[in-house]
Amino acid sequence: MKAFLPIIVVVAALAVVPLFVHSNVVLNFLVVTLLIALAGQGWNILGGYGGQYSFGQAAFFGTGAYATAILQVHYGVNAWIGFAAGIAAGAAVGAIIGALTFRAGLRSSYFALVTLAFAEVLRIVGSVTPITGAGVGLLVKLDLRAQAFQFQSRTVFYLVILALVAVSLVIAQLLERSRFGAWLIAVRENEDAAMALGVDAFAVKLAAMVVSAAITAAAGCFYVQYFLFIDSGIAYGTWISIEALLTPIIGGVGTVFGALAGALVVKLLGEGIKLVTGDVPGLDLMIYGAVLVLVIRFAPRGLVGACADMRTYFVRRTKLCPPIGEVARG
Amino acid sequence: MAEPLLSVEGVSRRFGGLLAVNAASLSADAGRITALIGPNGAGKTTLFSLISGFLKPSAGKVRYAGHDVTGEPPHRLARRGIARTFQIVQPFAGLSVRDNILVGAYLRHPARAAALELAEQVGRDVGLGDMLDRPAHALTVAGRKRLELARALATGPKLLLLDEVLAGLNPSEIRDVVPVIRALSASGIALLMIEHVMQAVMSLAEHVFVLAEGRIIAQGSPAQVVADPVVVEAYLGHGAAAKVGDAHVH
Amino acid sequence: MLSPIILLTAIVNGLMTGAVYALVALGLTLIYGVLHIINFAHGALLSAALFAAFFAFQKLGLDPYLAAFLIAPAFFALGYGLQRFVIGPASHGDDRNMLLVTLGLAVLIENALLYAVHADTRTIDLAYGFKSVDLGFTFIALPRLISFLAVFVVALVLWLIMALTDTGKAIRAVAKEKLGAQLAGIDVAHIYAITFGLGTACVAIAACLLIPTYYANPRAGNAFVLVAFTIVVLGGMGSVPGALIGGLVIGVVESLAGFYFGESLGQVGIFLIFIVVLLVRPRGLFGASA
Repeated sequence: MKAFLPIIVVVAALAVVPLFVHSNVVLNFLVVTLLIALAGQGWNILGGYGGQYSFGQAAFFGTGAYATAILQVHYGVNAWIGFAAGIAAGAAVGAIIGALTFRAGLRSSYFALVTLAFAEVLRIVGSVTPITGAGVGLLVKLDLRAQAFQFQSRTVFYLVILALVAVSLVIAQLLERSRFGAWLIAVRENEDAAMALGVDAFAVKLAAMVVSAAITAAAGCFYVQYFLFIDSGIAYGTWISIEALLTPIIGGVGTVFGALAGALVVKLLGEGIKLVTGDVPGLDLMIYGAVLVLVIRFAPRGLVGACADMRTYFVRRTKLCPPIGEVARG
Repeated sequence: MAEPLLSVEGVSRRFGGLLAVNAASLSADAGRITALIGPNGAGKTTLFSLISGFLKPSAGKVRYAGHDVTGEPPHRLARRGIARTFQIVQPFAGLSVRDNILVGAYLRHPARAAALELAEQVGRDVGLGDMLDRPAHALTVAGRKRLELARALATGPKLLLLDEVLAGLNPSEIRDVVPVIRALSASGIALLMIEHVMQAVMSLAEHVFVLAEGRIIAQGSPAQVVADPVVVEAYLGHGAAAKVGDAHVH
Repeated sequence: MLSPIILLTAIVNGLMTGAVYALVALGLTLIYGVLHIINFAHGALLSAALFAAFFAFQKLGLDPYLAAFLIAPAFFALGYGLQRFVIGPASHGDDRNMLLVTLGLAVLIENALLYAVHADTRTIDLAYGFKSVDLGFTFIALPRLISFLAVFVVALVLWLIMALTDTGKAIRAVAKEKLGAQLAGIDVAHIYAITFGLGTACVAIAACLLIPTYYANPRAGNAFVLVAFTIVVLGGMGSVPGALIGGLVIGVVESLAGFYFGESLGQVGIFLIFIVVLLVRPRGLFGASA
């Protein structure tokens, strides 16, 4: 229980923000930030803890989004059921892609390439098939009732996405303290050694992929409910693949709060840029690209990692710890 | 006599045109220490990989505890009770010593508390008790070898394949590890060791197999094997046995 | 059934496009063969080079085939600098970091272009751009024939560099056995940077060859490069003949598929080939085992 205290504190602190903030602009900013944090946490499960870097998280985001949008728009299905269906659809796509790529033993660069290719295929298909509205996209009918998973007040949306993020934080924390998590991290560190210790690397990676896909799909479903519009470029575009991987990298891969911290930084940066230069296309992503390069170049373990590194640095400097006689890092 | 725990029967492995292991047969028994020796490049580690599931044999069978386990993947064999260490140590570098061993302990103990307890116990047993919180990459070579051993032990094996666990250790470090190995054997585990450190082989092993150019060329007690002219030739070259014999006479 | 003339024309066109694909793929496979990284920034660099060629024509009045002699060295220097000072130092011993850095560079460059020149597509009009060459059974646009021939010249020059110069030998040494090359005194960081520079120069030349018949747009490079990835994977990572032959094959396949099935589905077809090859035979037709 003690391990979950930080999550409780952070979530509670975020939950009371609407009591003090009434500006719709700020609330909107927070909602979008949490949405990206959720998608990022999805990437983090497979990429951060599992060490498998997917460059195509959009495949799950878009599948979740389209599933719920199509069900509502074409089949009149209830939005909440659509939400659940979207998560299931995203998870299923994750299972398929995972089974194919991990069975083929693809690692590292090849894995990144294949996930990128899958997302692109889906994007192109989504831009031409009628059921997704082809080039025009899908518009979900405005229906501001809770049953339709739409809310008059932005605050309610905020609390919903916060709840989803909270769940994703708990999942990460449970992962860290579970056998599955230890095995996943072992596979990341050294797959062969892990297998020699009884870890079924394929099954572990596949399960992580399914969880990762489900979380990111949830973000996609929420996007549809909040913005009420989806098209192929939004659903399966590289923007979400990039942002989903950028936020945990900046915030700290393989940590519980990394995606959330990274999302705050990335989005604040984006807003800051807009303030200075106005809403110019390309500028925000350009800065994100630069940030990614700089972070990897100078702080590959992200914010959280850098904090830990700095702590060790200062502790050793002030000789609070007895001399350790450490072997130099290989 | 009861069937040995491990029975490798005529196992071969081909890589393109190269026959790395050629109809090798050996066996290992519970509670006994068996050594696999041979000159460099003989195929010993390849044979280990074949036994532990990292490679599939081109021919032959591997039998363990009465079952045919030929070609089963490593994780399945680990669950059956076969554990191995690697010649080039493979720690989970970013994790602490405790967390490294924990991964192994989780195999038979799904609950974190029980697995942690076992991990700490095993860590103490191999002599890493005061290093449990240190990151694995901070260990010396000797420490990493112990960690490799501890991780494998935490999986509760009945058969332990040790690949040159003494390589790179200085004499005092070897002196410290040997009793640990003996204790493992005494506890009932079957040990199969690849080793080059001859003094260790002589003092530890009860039965020795000699592999040269992929073939088992001799087996027996350490004293028998060392005196075998075929073995001497394999190590020292053609005609060496005669020279050694001459040297003895004079 | 379509007349054989039309079919032949589609095939010939495919070969012309395929040659340029091959050049882009060549750069990619060279980088992979030596540095063992997949350069995700390749497409963005192509887009940048297309704009460079465009502006060279528009502002300086330079014919793209001549501009290549300026742009290629410039991009070589850019590639050298990127690898030496950004990508290489970012690895920290883990290949995945380089994946991320090249991805970051791709995003950075592509969006910098978007920001600087907006999403408008730019094209140029060459005086002789519409001239055709009569092959007897069909006509080819002159610029496309020039690019087809130019690609083989570039491939030949690269081959000569690799086979005859000291640098080329050093590159081959590093590709085969990095540690050994290091021990022999070769400055690996420098060789890596040269290789990256060469790969980028290939892309720059390809852009100059493309601009008469193609367009400049921040996303244009990506469309090309995903095809180039497919070629490299199909032909085998690090295999030069694989890139050349694969490029021609894919060019023809794309031309015929686009003919029968339409543009978009043609693209999907390419990606599906890509995915299938990665899953079934990642080392491609000519590549070495991973």
